Amino acid sequence: MSEKIVSLSDATFDEHVKASDVPVLVDFWAEWCGPCKMISPVLEEIAEEQAGKIEIVKLNIDDNLDVTRRFEVMSIPTLILFKDGEPQVRLIGAKPKGALLEEISAYL
Amino acid sequence: MPERRKVLIIGSGPAGLTAAIYAARAQLEPLIIEGEPSSNSDQPGGQLMLTTEVENYPGFVDGVMGPELMGIMRAQAIRFGAELRTAKVSKLDLAGGSPFGAWVGDPDAAEPTIAADALIVATGARSLMLGVPNEDRLLGYGVSTCATCDGFFFREHHIAVAGGGDSALEEAMFLTRFATKVTVIHRRDALRASKIMQDRALANPKIEFAWNTQVTDILGDTKVAGLKVRDTVTGAESELDVTGLFVAIGHEPNSTLLKGQLELLDNGYVRTIEGTTRTSVDGVFACGDVQDDYYRQAITSAGSGCMAAIDAERWLEARGE
Repeated sequence: MSEKIVSLSDATFDEHVKASDVPVLVDFWAEWCGPCKMISPVLEEIAEEQAGKIEIVKLNIDDNLDVTRRFEVMSIPTLILFKDGEPQVRLIGAKPKGALLEEISAYL
Repeated sequence: MPERRKVLIIGSGPAGLTAAIYAARAQLEPLIIEGEPSSNSDQPGGQLMLTTEVENYPGFVDGVMGPELMGIMRAQAIRFGAELRTAKVSKLDLAGGSPFGAWVGDPDAAEPTIAADALIVATGARSLMLGVPNEDRLLGYGVSTCATCDGFFFREHHIAVAGGGDSALEEAMFLTRFATKVTVIHRRDALRASKIMQDRALANPKIEFAWNTQVTDILGDTKVAGLKVRDTVTGAESELDVTGLFVAIGHEPNSTLLKGQLELLDNGYVRTIEGTTRTSVDGVFACGDVQDDYYRQAITSAGSGCMAAIDAERWLEARGE
């Protein structure tokens, strides 16, 4: 996994997402989800290419049910973009890189 | 200038990857345009990427996970020199015969991205949706096409599965790991599924069947709160109190790209010459679910992918290439 992508937990989520100077894209995922694995390399590319403009983090839903429930995630992969700690955009399901970038471009 | 390739393969399910393995071992240096990530079955690796345990693929005594099987096939194709690109073909031009033009990205570009001497179409099939009101709006909020992705979120819930084939029963059985009750909604009074799957589902105490029933609407503001259903015999309408709906009513071929380019059957599947993978266009071969509305198994797809690579190889040889 890219060094730029950190994994958050129920314990670290709020503080990390609020403290970030740039928008944070949270990848809600699980080991058993095929489409989640498919978008992993796409997210790594975006993290490298857009370094300094956006931070990408992962949240394993199996281990972190509090945050998962709080944001009412009901399908994975779900990506939620946070700005100043507030959710701005929610993307459900795996998408190609171009479509992902287009959806979040307004926040970069 | 378009990139010239001897063999171009579109699609990367069992058919496309088996064709890739054979074409690569035949020194044809195939390029595979494998598709792009999505959460329906139209994606790299194909329909098996959305399944869990595959029990009937020969060679795996204890079964194998669908995504793992596709990962192995992909690695095997790469080992023999196949080149894969994570992209989608946006347009084809087969009219002028070989070499065939394939556009990746902008379909309005003046020149195709790739010019291929032989083309193998292995674009597969994808899940059909019900086409009822509110289905799109609630997709991801209780409506799902992927039990393995979303079943987890329905712990202790009552959920519904629409469909009556093997995939519907597989999903229903998988979902009983999480749900208190799974209602299979089927518009007829008998299942299409294989005998072994029917026996397992009928014996499962958490699975109920709503026979002769059709979903007409999905209820709920921000997430699924119930379904409107109609009895297909009496016409009586009622509501079903569920918080999730998994759709597994069948598949349609991914053949939009091919419309007007080669001969399709009335149901949209590619017509191949019986006993071969040849299509109505000389030098274009089709394999896997895009040309098979009958067997539709991973192993038959792989088998026809092998046939397509051999057909393409001999076709190229016959033209002296």
